Amino acid sequence: MSEYQAREFKVLGQRLKRPDGFDKVTGRARYGADVEAAGMLHGRILRSPHAHARIVSIDTSAAEALNGVKAVITRADFPQAAKGYEDIQDNCMAGERALYDGHAVAAVAATSKRIAKQALKLIKVEYEVLPHVTGVEQAIAPGAPIVQPGKVSKRVPEGFSDNVVRYTSFGHGDVEAGFAKADAVIEREYRTEASHQGYIEPHACLATLDEDGRGDLWVCTQGHYFIRDMSCAVLGLESANLRVTASEIGGGFGGKTTVFVEPVALALAKKSGHAVKLVMTREEVLRATGPTVSTYMQVKLGLNKDGIITAAYARLFYQAGAYKQGTADFGAMPAFAPYELENVHTEGLDVITNRPRTASYRAPGAPTACYAAESAIDEACLELGLDPLEVRLKNAAKEGTKSSYGPTYQDHGLIQCLEAVKDTEHWNAPLAANQGRGLAAGFWFNFGGETSVSVFLNTDGSVTVTEANPDIGGSRASISMMVAEEFGINYEQVRTTVTDTGSMGQNEPTHGSRVTFAVGMAAIKASREIKADIQQRLAKMWDVSADQVIWQDGKAHCTDNSKGIEPMSLPEIGAIANNTGGPIGAHHGANMEGAGVAFGVHICDTEVDPETGFVSVKRYTAIQDAGKMIQPDYVEGQLQGGAVQGIGWALNEEYVYGDDGRLQNPGFLDYRIPVASDMPMIDTVIVEVPNPGHPFGVRGVGETPIVPPLAAVGNAVSRATNVRLRHLPMSPPRVLAAIQSA
Amino acid sequence: MAHIQIFGSLRDLFDGQAAIEMDVRNLRDLLTKLPQAYPDCAEEIEEGVSVSIDGKIINDDWFRPIHADSEVVVLPRIVGG
Repeated sequence: MSEYQAREFKVLGQRLKRPDGFDKVTGRARYGADVEAAGMLHGRILRSPHAHARIVSIDTSAAEALNGVKAVITRADFPQAAKGYEDIQDNCMAGERALYDGHAVAAVAATSKRIAKQALKLIKVEYEVLPHVTGVEQAIAPGAPIVQPGKVSKRVPEGFSDNVVRYTSFGHGDVEAGFAKADAVIEREYRTEASHQGYIEPHACLATLDEDGRGDLWVCTQGHYFIRDMSCAVLGLESANLRVTASEIGGGFGGKTTVFVEPVALALAKKSGHAVKLVMTREEVLRATGPTVSTYMQVKLGLNKDGIITAAYARLFYQAGAYKQGTADFGAMPAFAPYELENVHTEGLDVITNRPRTASYRAPGAPTACYAAESAIDEACLELGLDPLEVRLKNAAKEGTKSSYGPTYQDHGLIQCLEAVKDTEHWNAPLAANQGRGLAAGFWFNFGGETSVSVFLNTDGSVTVTEANPDIGGSRASISMMVAEEFGINYEQVRTTVTDTGSMGQNEPTHGSRVTFAVGMAAIKASREIKADIQQRLAKMWDVSADQVIWQDGKAHCTDNSKGIEPMSLPEIGAIANNTGGPIGAHHGANMEGAGVAFGVHICDTEVDPETGFVSVKRYTAIQDAGKMIQPDYVEGQLQGGAVQGIGWALNEEYVYGDDGRLQNPGFLDYRIPVASDMPMIDTVIVEVPNPGHPFGVRGVGETPIVPPLAAVGNAVSRATNVRLRHLPMSPPRVLAAIQSA
Repeated sequence: MAHIQIFGSLRDLFDGQAAIEMDVRNLRDLLTKLPQAYPDCAEEIEEGVSVSIDGKIINDDWFRPIHADSEVVVLPRIVGG
């Protein structure tokens, strides 16, 4: 049954003031590192200098003897992790082996940062250095050093090393028969390097944990319930005994949906008996928190002269870091998701290496797969002299299309996005010398998940919404707007706050592009429960039946005109709440299913300096189906942010490892993310095809925008240089080498 | 009887079948009966899967109805960033 009902919106679609604006621009907002406690200690973590080593022994006695040191911990201070959380615990604190450069091996808590740092130098760790592997192609080769023996799933094909730990495949039809029908068949290999989510705020927390296992944790995170549950599973605590409060967040992009320092801070707090603050340095963030995958991808594509894709195949090797992950699944599923294909087959293989455990990064797995798929489509178009937009339109998935990963699509706006490309001035503008224009489409699933929200009518008629998902993209404003829309009142009458784990039922993190969709829907449903309660109360007061009380333009009206009853506003209703039954409020907790898929299409113009290989992005347009825009500034911001992150991934960002397996560029000077001066204005076009699974038609918009840019930029650079670049990032040395070898 | 589609490598866990017929009323029924009928898929189900029912990704909603004409596709568990 469709949740969506077409209506005219009064609040949605307006560019209203963001509630956190003043705090953020004046420095009043409190981020993870801003929280302090009386008598708190400072934590620091000792990290492995080796890519792979057996930990023979750790002697902490000298550090413990240092004046000011209150606790030193190693893995021996952690209990057995709960089932399924062993890898998370091992990533927070190494056990028998250090599995990557930067892996935590010990930690201290001291009365000052200086003493804590000094204490780390006094910890003596004896390592037995083991062979290592950091490259994905080296890791899959038979004979490669094995990172974690015994992790190979049953379905992994033969012929690879035991670092290939997971295999998955999707598709339908007969790809070989499809290739036989094609006028052009291209087979290509593409590679991408690992990038980091690049959030400006490093991981930070303040922890307390008493002798009885009761504690508090203040932390910057995308999901304080995940942080609570993971910390409890790693430390053997009860969820009710650990209250977690999320700070304002300086970026997460998927990388703050898991624990790194939090269980360490809690363990230090328990051992020392003091609050412990732990703030990562930028170097620690880059060495030890979740980057995304690096990849080696093989693609084969068949295309006819009439522009029909006859078959598509991709085999994707995803480097997952030192622990088994499933990211390759999320490459294999969306690779060809924008297209209606008769014959399609994708395979995903997860590969473990001596690198940090990868973490989610906006649409995890999809950008690289779509880079390979969309590049191959562009190459095939060039080979047959076909227009890349027309080819995408001819093959575009629509309502009723059987997707490449299985489900049949419901309503979505891919074709509207592609049609919108035609109408942009950008697509039709001329290009200058050394410039090229790239086009790419992208897809993400989106989902909802467990959600708890409370809505209260205050006695003055204002409305309080309490929810528990860190606001990473404007959700407080969006949720307030949806509640205001539902009640028919002004946005300024509603305030949404994010509360702690002790004050609200379970919530999934802010991930999966879920919050505006899921929390918004829960808040709308709670608001409807309040309206139903008010109907009952006023029916008693007016001596009519409840269905004779209706809600219109922010007021309750009596439909029995013979009574001569004046409509009542929310302030009037709030003022008599105690007389009509007590405080008015509603809680809605549900598993919010029904998220609609989201497609986007990006256009990119680049200019390449043929003498240096430097690429500049001259113009960029991101087009996406948002279902229904709540606050346009935020939607546009999501598209712009995703595009810029994708451009960074395509042009600059890269984890560089030395032969010793150590990360060579753990700082923003050498790991270069794009800054404002590198970018043109990112233009946006928002398409609105309502999601039938949401009362207002909302789709998540946070992840899809990072899916097309890698290919859009790649196609633009290749068309600018007449040389196909198949290895990201397209840094100046790589581009120059490609031009010179052409 | 619902028509359950099994895609790609997951077929190895279902005796190589691309689709199976199963008498299930809802997601809980499906997740209970699948490992009983096909023990090889038990580990995958326990680790977590998503199920697409009529084009919507469902992660945990046990009582989501599955009708005789529903399109049901078993997928790896969908996450996000």
